[in-house]
Amino acid sequence: MTQDLSYLKETASQTAGPYVHIGLTPNASGITGVYPADLGATMLNDRTKGTRIIIRGRVIDGGNAPLRDGLVEIWQADAAGLYNSPSEPRGGADPEFTGWGRCACDGDNGEFIFHTIKPGRVPFKDGRLMAPHITFWIVARGINLGLHTRMYFPEEMQANAEDPLLLRLEHRDRMKTMVAQGEGKDSYRFDIHLQGERETVFLDI
Amino acid sequence: MTDLKPDTGAFFTRDRTWHPPAYTPDYKTTVLRSPQRALLALDNTLSEITGPVFGHAILGELDNDLIHNFARPGEAAIGERIIVHGRVLDESGRAVPDALIEVWQANAGGRYRHKKEGYLAALDPNFGGCGRCITDENGNYRFRTVKPGPYPWPNGPNDWRPAHIHFSVFGHGFGQRLITQMYFEGDPLIWRCPIVRTIPDRRAVELLIAPLDMANTIPMDARTYKFDIVLRGRRSTLFENRLDGN
Repeated sequence: MTQDLSYLKETASQTAGPYVHIGLTPNASGITGVYPADLGATMLNDRTKGTRIIIRGRVIDGGNAPLRDGLVEIWQADAAGLYNSPSEPRGGADPEFTGWGRCACDGDNGEFIFHTIKPGRVPFKDGRLMAPHITFWIVARGINLGLHTRMYFPEEMQANAEDPLLLRLEHRDRMKTMVAQGEGKDSYRFDIHLQGERETVFLDI
Repeated sequence: MTDLKPDTGAFFTRDRTWHPPAYTPDYKTTVLRSPQRALLALDNTLSEITGPVFGHAILGELDNDLIHNFARPGEAAIGERIIVHGRVLDESGRAVPDALIEVWQANAGGRYRHKKEGYLAALDPNFGGCGRCITDENGNYRFRTVKPGPYPWPNGPNDWRPAHIHFSVFGHGFGQRLITQMYFEGDPLIWRCPIVRTIPDRRAVELLIAPLDMANTIPMDARTYKFDIVLRGRRSTLFENRLDGN
């Protein structure tokens, strides 16, 4: 006999459903007066350090239609590569940058948009530097468990080529699904494909 | 704030046989919204180990009172008055303090306050349907609301969602991010629901069903349901590279 190796089971996920906006972006969906502002709508202020960038994109289904009811959250390091989190062991992140944003996909054209900064590089667990990246988390009607992926930057070809996560891709041609497209200065497009030829790499992390 | 040492370990691997798979065709919308390629597995990095933590200062006085937070002064939402409370724990059984919980739901008649919702049941002018709370130092949370009604949805020709409250939960790391739904003890619609049935293991479903908690029910005021939430546990430390300086 041995002791019982007892751990609790994680609460099972369920879809966020079509009305996720009621709970997570109520002001943007017309339920005003409950919260002063939607959480995650603003990531930075005038004192935030770093290069301002804009990220636009859509989440696209297997029929090539954009999700008009999805919701996207992002999580990223500050300009120095530090996370604004109590679990950041290195501490000292820019207090003027939340690192976390949330945006509902537009109800008509499905577009999300984030006003943020370009993140610095963060070390992998063996000390190698990861390329600058932003973590995306996607929920929607028809998605049973939130999908994690990462957005990398097109101008960071050298860093991307040595990124420990991207190096794990067996099919190298799929790397481009995690790299945003430049759209003019400091502006990027990152479309997320749920299925098909251009299916985005999603992570089990 | 708490005096606990911040958690810096990687999360236990997520058991994806316990969660619903992406492709569950009886829930029709998943057919075109499920990835078909395998997920890329990766041990957690700092990008998943860290996550936003929200202070109690963001909360307004009525944020956890859905009966009143959208109601006109002196009025209240119509429906069965209930309290929902519970604890947020991790898989090791440790309390998760400072966990942000956001909830949303239909009103007592099963009608959501959303511009894309066309169900003929009436809106309640005093009910918005959103609320939030943050767990205390022992992982406890509570909110007050009206019990949501079942509602019909265009999946099968006669599908009805059981009464449910949507929960969005933040732990301390972005890898713990979770959205789920709470159901109510005894509801005969639960086991008929294609969304519930996306979950392969009956035991996992049972953990989403909140029991009536008479011990915490307030006489002549509100019945209470208890719903505990478990987030991913953590390994003890980022040992390999000693990023925590130990």
